[in-house]
Amino acid sequence: MSTAVIDALPEASAQPSRVNYLNASYGIRSWLLTTDHKRIALLYLSSITLMFFVGGAFAVLMRLHLIQPQGALVEPDTYNKLFTLHGVIMIFFFLIPSIPATLGNFLVPMMVGARDLAFPRLNLLSWYIYAIGAIFTLYATISGGVDTGWTFYPPYSSTFSHTQVVPVALGVFITGFSSILTGLNFVVTIHKMRAPGLTWFRLPLFIWAIYATSIIMILGTPVVAITIFLLGLERLLHVGIFDPKIGGDPVLFQHLFWFYSHPAVYIMILPGLGVMSELVTCFSRKRIFGYSFVAFSSMAIAVISFLVWGHHMFVTGQSVYAGLIFSVLSFLVAIPSAVKVFNWTATLYKGSISYQAPMLYALGFIGLFTMGGLTGLFLASLATDVHLNGTYFIVAHFHYIMVGGAVMAYLGGIHFWWPKITGRMYPDGWARFAALVIFVGFNLTFFPQFIIGYLGMPRRYAVYPPEFQVLNVMSSAGASILGVGYLIPLIYLIWSMRYGPAAGPNPWQAKGLEWETPSPPPTENFEEIPVVTEEAYDYAAPHTGVARG
Amino acid sequence: MADLAAHGVHPPGFAHQFEDMEQQRDAGSLGMWVFLVTEIMFFGGLFASYIIYRALDLRAFETGSRLLDIRFGAANTAVLIGSSLTMALAIRSAQVGKPKSQIIFYLIMTMILGALFLGLKFTFEWRHDYVEHLVPGFGFAYKGPFAHGVELFFCFYFFMTGLHALHMIVGLGILTVLTIMASRGRFTEQYYAPLEISGLYWHFVDIVWIFLFPLLYLIGGRYVLGGN
Amino acid sequence: MTEIMQTGLGLLAAIQEGIPIRPPAASSIAEGVDRLHFFLTGITLFFTAVIFAIIFYFMVKYRRRSEDERPADIEGSLPLEVVWTVIPTLLVAVVFVWASSLYFENSRPPSASMEIFVIGKQWMWHLQHPEGPREINELHVPVNVPVKLTMTSEDVIHDFYIPAFRVKKDAVPGRYTSLWFQATKLGTYHLFCAQYCGADHAEMIGWVYVMTPSDYAAWLSGGARGEPMAQAGEKLFNRLGCATCHLPDGTGKGPSLVGLYGKQEKLRSGEMKLVDETLIRQAIVTPNSFLLPNYAPVMPTFQGLINEEQVLQLIAYVKSLGPEERKANSK
Repeated sequence: MSTAVIDALPEASAQPSRVNYLNASYGIRSWLLTTDHKRIALLYLSSITLMFFVGGAFAVLMRLHLIQPQGALVEPDTYNKLFTLHGVIMIFFFLIPSIPATLGNFLVPMMVGARDLAFPRLNLLSWYIYAIGAIFTLYATISGGVDTGWTFYPPYSSTFSHTQVVPVALGVFITGFSSILTGLNFVVTIHKMRAPGLTWFRLPLFIWAIYATSIIMILGTPVVAITIFLLGLERLLHVGIFDPKIGGDPVLFQHLFWFYSHPAVYIMILPGLGVMSELVTCFSRKRIFGYSFVAFSSMAIAVISFLVWGHHMFVTGQSVYAGLIFSVLSFLVAIPSAVKVFNWTATLYKGSISYQAPMLYALGFIGLFTMGGLTGLFLASLATDVHLNGTYFIVAHFHYIMVGGAVMAYLGGIHFWWPKITGRMYPDGWARFAALVIFVGFNLTFFPQFIIGYLGMPRRYAVYPPEFQVLNVMSSAGASILGVGYLIPLIYLIWSMRYGPAAGPNPWQAKGLEWETPSPPPTENFEEIPVVTEEAYDYAAPHTGVARG
Repeated sequence: MADLAAHGVHPPGFAHQFEDMEQQRDAGSLGMWVFLVTEIMFFGGLFASYIIYRALDLRAFETGSRLLDIRFGAANTAVLIGSSLTMALAIRSAQVGKPKSQIIFYLIMTMILGALFLGLKFTFEWRHDYVEHLVPGFGFAYKGPFAHGVELFFCFYFFMTGLHALHMIVGLGILTVLTIMASRGRFTEQYYAPLEISGLYWHFVDIVWIFLFPLLYLIGGRYVLGGN
Repeated sequence: MTEIMQTGLGLLAAIQEGIPIRPPAASSIAEGVDRLHFFLTGITLFFTAVIFAIIFYFMVKYRRRSEDERPADIEGSLPLEVVWTVIPTLLVAVVFVWASSLYFENSRPPSASMEIFVIGKQWMWHLQHPEGPREINELHVPVNVPVKLTMTSEDVIHDFYIPAFRVKKDAVPGRYTSLWFQATKLGTYHLFCAQYCGADHAEMIGWVYVMTPSDYAAWLSGGARGEPMAQAGEKLFNRLGCATCHLPDGTGKGPSLVGLYGKQEKLRSGEMKLVDETLIRQAIVTPNSFLLPNYAPVMPTFQGLINEEQVLQLIAYVKSLGPEERKANSK
């Protein structure tokens, strides 16, 4: 039979007036001292949204500046700070926490049938650590900024830069612990707190993805932490770990840095891949095609991701043989991602497909992620990477995956679970319109960058030769459209929190334990812990006794 | 199974996100192991860098290593191993239901040994190195051969032992909290998970030192017959 | 407003001319790299199009027509999974082999390469021809002659990039890296720094001039001529007092440097080391970091007393004392 029925609302238009996690207590202390994973998810949602728009503002300034070859807006020093802070903020303070800390925190306990994560107070501490790290970074931003690039390569960052390297490095170092503790919490929760009957292979694929992401967070983040720590010490004490003048090796920094930062990009995309499985199944009302293949591909990506860092360093003068090894492994890491794309596509076959906003984001994701991933092959290829490294081709490649992929998956997930999180529905027409604007704006911004990259325009250039102007202007035009596109959901989502129609427990008729609770859920999630007897995404089973939303 | 109404059923120290004490114990234990894995990776970055530089500049690192006082290193090793023993005895006392005074005794012994370790390190070894101008960034001035490499060695020496010492200080804090909990009678035969979990942490810090000691102090080629 | 109009017109003009999608192919490897690149572009566009098409087809064919419809309950298909795992794996294997063999060829300079030395320094490129001429942000080379660049940096990591030749390599302080190319078309091509290096990173650019051999010879001997590197190196060798210890017969405090370059030397530890640019630089900058049998470690360091350019001049002098350059490992 189906999972235990928790709550059957008599009608869809019930106002969310009963006690739920949002109204269970009032006042700022009840939020700042909460241990409820759902409230902590919302704390994260507000802070990362803020950081997204700060990082986005820097991107807008950069693209405006680049409409002219000699720079239209700022001095080169300022431009160098803009791209550095854009990278630092977007990567460490938006992308890495985005899905895990918001959707993960909210959903992991619910999807495994638990009342909270294993360590709720640690969860709150994670948020405070994140906030402190963010404050350091924002302080550094307003007190002069930093101009080393988010990659902080020495000797420039350790010895030559005159900017606020140490505060930003400290901010990133501190925030890393937030990541580590969140990953730890997820791993323990998934291992130890699954509801009765919920075996590993009945878990939603979102959980598999979060689990794989957590493994990477746990193993990788400490290495970048110690690397940044060493860099900070070198800068403060003028000792020479990476300084060639004292026998230090600047390339060692790159090895240590990329040992984390490559797996980090999988931290940024794996959760989105998990969201995708949830969206594609729900909006085709069909179980996922090849469940175990999708589950194992997440684990394969997590493992192989630790073995490919050298592909960022093909032109540093490292041995040709090292290059070969990193190249072949980098090709291999693409295969599990391809397998996922094929499985999602096959899930659509003979499905019953509807096109609400979350599905539009999912479909956009598949296309853009495929392109972004395939352009990775150009970079895994040694011969072409020599030409493309350090150019706009790389910038286009990673933005296709991070923005065309991760951000779209994030938005798709936010739109999908919004009714569960807030108990309200947003206007789907506006949502679909925004998805379209974002898709168009995104492609116009980043596709031209593939071309100027191959033509030879290096990245991190505040000024550039005039023959690259046309494509730069196209890119900047796209960026303005993209910027508008991101503002639209901000507006209607906030609007919906107050004025949106009430959403029932399961407006999408999705499968999953989280959909068997009221919207918004009560603080303890479930009155009784459910007993699971179904496979994941068992859309072929008769509808559970949950009212239609 | 969990029943939210019947509170009195659960022992003190039960956290309500769990279904029962067994799940709570399992989760706490797994959590500490996962945390220790992150610590291995944290120290691992330092160890890896140290090993790489040592391979690139063996002579300098051997020279630096020989400037360390092996007597203090050995004494500290014995002190730490002793403290792991007293920690294990504290846990064992709780496990077999001994009176809280015994648990407290062993916890305090562990703290004394830990403090002794830190005392030997800071007031003898580090102070001596400072006086000899061997602290990079604080008046480093070494006149012998391979001066640059020796400075790099000492960078690593201080970073690695310093990070380790920081973890020891945190450990002393944890032990203080445990001692207070023990004095309030919180630990029984059924419930001593915080002791066990903290014991894992303390043993880990000990093991890091077991690696540090040979890597820093013992492989300076001092004991090679006929070596330079 | 007028700027917007101007860029708009520029855009139309470019579209009319055809927006270029690749830089000039001006070196012996450029066409090979481009072929691989266009193959990969084809694969990318093909698979993206295929996925898009299939999805679009399914989107239309299987759109939800009624709330009650029951989609098929398909768990998966092992044969299909195998097929779509094996085929991409084979495809990437092919690309890997192709790309790696190109890369191998492109990373070994032919033995008869002409050598030029490059020093990156915030924020300009110093180029030094062994015959004497020095250039800043400009590189003159003859066409159809293999050229090997040996590079380092005075300060931070830079990167020497000539898009038209499809070559790029970091210039790292404290070590030598190298790249080689053979220019195949006369003309003028961009030179960029491609590793962010601080405030004027975007200004660290220049031009490469590919000339006919006769024009190159004329350029080499005319105009502003510096001293040949080996000659400058010899002067330094005497001025800095190297000659007092490094007597030619080996009886001085330091070993003789005659005939040393390119040899394998035995260290005190028994290890054999090739005497190449890297080892000589190491000896000058961090002497006593390796010990020789029969000589005490008394050499003073010259770090901070001479710059990278002068180190290269000294190396050129040592080279001039010895046998022809053996095939040292190229990096």
